[in-house]
Amino acid sequence: MELEFLIEKTALVLVLFVLTLTIAAYSTWAERKVAAWLQDRVGPNRAGPFGLLQPLADGGKMFFKEEIIPSGANKYLFIAGPSLALLVSFLGTAVIPFGQNIEIFGRVVPLQVTDINVGILYIFGVVSLGVYGIMIGGWASNNKYSLMGAIRGASQNISYEIAMGLSIIALLMVTNTLSFKEIAAQQHGWHWNVLYQPLGFLIFLICAFAETNRVPFDLPECETELIGGYQTEYSAFKMGAYMFAEYINMFVSSVVMAVLYFGGYNYPGMDAVNQALGPTWSPLIGVGVMFFKIIAFIFFFMWVRWTVPRFRYDQLMDLGWKVLIPLAIANIVITAIVIVGFDLFNKL
Amino acid sequence: MENITSTIQAVPLNHYILLSAIIFTIGVIGVLVRRNAIIIFMSVELMLNAVNLLLAAFSSYSGDASGQVFVFFIMALAAAEVAVGLAIIVMVYRNTSSIDINILNRLKW
Amino acid sequence: MSLFYVVAFLSIIFALLVIFTKNPVHSVLYLIATFFTFTIHYIILNAQFLAVVNFIVYMGAIMVLFLFVLMLMNLNTDTEPMKSTLLKVVGAIAGGCLLVTLVGSMKTLSSASTTAMDNTGIGLVENLGKVLFSDFLLPFELSSILLLAAMVGAVLLAKKDNKTA
Repeated sequence: MELEFLIEKTALVLVLFVLTLTIAAYSTWAERKVAAWLQDRVGPNRAGPFGLLQPLADGGKMFFKEEIIPSGANKYLFIAGPSLALLVSFLGTAVIPFGQNIEIFGRVVPLQVTDINVGILYIFGVVSLGVYGIMIGGWASNNKYSLMGAIRGASQNISYEIAMGLSIIALLMVTNTLSFKEIAAQQHGWHWNVLYQPLGFLIFLICAFAETNRVPFDLPECETELIGGYQTEYSAFKMGAYMFAEYINMFVSSVVMAVLYFGGYNYPGMDAVNQALGPTWSPLIGVGVMFFKIIAFIFFFMWVRWTVPRFRYDQLMDLGWKVLIPLAIANIVITAIVIVGFDLFNKL
Repeated sequence: MENITSTIQAVPLNHYILLSAIIFTIGVIGVLVRRNAIIIFMSVELMLNAVNLLLAAFSSYSGDASGQVFVFFIMALAAAEVAVGLAIIVMVYRNTSSIDINILNRLKW
Repeated sequence: MSLFYVVAFLSIIFALLVIFTKNPVHSVLYLIATFFTFTIHYIILNAQFLAVVNFIVYMGAIMVLFLFVLMLMNLNTDTEPMKSTLLKVVGAIAGGCLLVTLVGSMKTLSSASTTAMDNTGIGLVENLGKVLFSDFLLPFELSSILLLAAMVGAVLLAKKDNKTA
């Protein structure tokens, strides 16, 4: 535990924290801009140039509004719900490699907070904890609509976790490791996992929409049926915390998809760039590529939100249990057959 | 990593056994003093987890991975048990609109 | 070294709160906290894979199911059935006797095995996978049948029977 190590990790954590918050804040702005663009409107344009100060204005509004705790609510759990949702959403980025090792002042620094050898399972665990924020908040509100939203959130998350886990298993058969660092390193250049696991990626993508409670799977909040679902009783910053958690979850799932399936910081022709720029500057280009992919995924999330209508509850369950899980199992079997087939072919 | 190893060596195995015994006993007391079927069920989970911890501790102290494999089997068993048990409890609740186990001793609705 | 004792203390406190809290939903939340301390125990024991699996299976799946069922029934403190104080005291004493017996039998153990831990890699995925798929292959396959049976049983039990009811 030398001092440089501590400084390096602290700086990385702080940068990641600020970055996550900034991206989440500007996702709210981007969402409204994208919505406006898709619907042929202008969108927010009053606060600053192109409305760029809108997130600050929204944040200020949320801070200064009155906090209301319903009289029948369970006070501690009512506060714990949004806090937990926000806390859990931050945990995911800890194991993500954002770039190759970078050399600063002759010191090799990995652009990853920590590389644990069960990284994918860690992400999976963190994702499965996300539902507690919704459940606790919805139950503590002491409101029928909130409770309905909480129950829907729980059953939706449990159902789609299974398909998500099965799609990850097929990916692991290809990568042979659970560590994000190695998975990112394996996809050097063009060898992105999405080329080997297109069906697995599709299943993972759909499950990511369900786990982040985004349209078309936003049944826990579903304002036309449930007023606001688990958020009904929330106001001011607690409401803001839920909203922030949703956008951070979106960011984290975009990051995970970019690293697992779309090569993370890898891009074609990176060897030539590495040689030309040296070990200090070329990883930064990798980081730029990574963030380009992440932003593309976030845009995709928004695009789908303003294109696809919400599923009905029974359709949601049918899709999860009767379509995605059999497909994911079929994907595992196909992957296994192909791997074994290639082994036999190579032996001949 | 050296940190973790030295932590382990400083804690005698007996303290793990003691901790597991206490948690297990709390589970038993939970089964004895509560009437809510779900809380009783949760106490059973507590007992299973005490055993899990003990198996993991034995495994780490003797350098044998079998103990940790047993923990997996216990977890699989616990998942199966929870699925069936909660289904039974939901069924009981649907029929008696209560999950008080004292109602169940009549063995009829 | 002190980390173990802090976490063990927290485990015991949360476990006690599980069984002595009146509100069932609070009980479930305390049980989640207990399981979280168990995850920390596994990390201290250098069993990372076990820690993560405990995290996913217990905290991510089993406790969500418990919470789900409790919320579905909408139970609260006022509907909570309680045993009489006499029965509670008797139960606690009986449990205490069990603890005394366990601790007493522990005293007769020889406390030699305190210095093991030379092979720190046994909790890693690679080693556990090798053991699981070689020595324990048959139990592993059998546990999949157990899970299938449980799944079918749960669906059958919880389904509404339209014909008779």
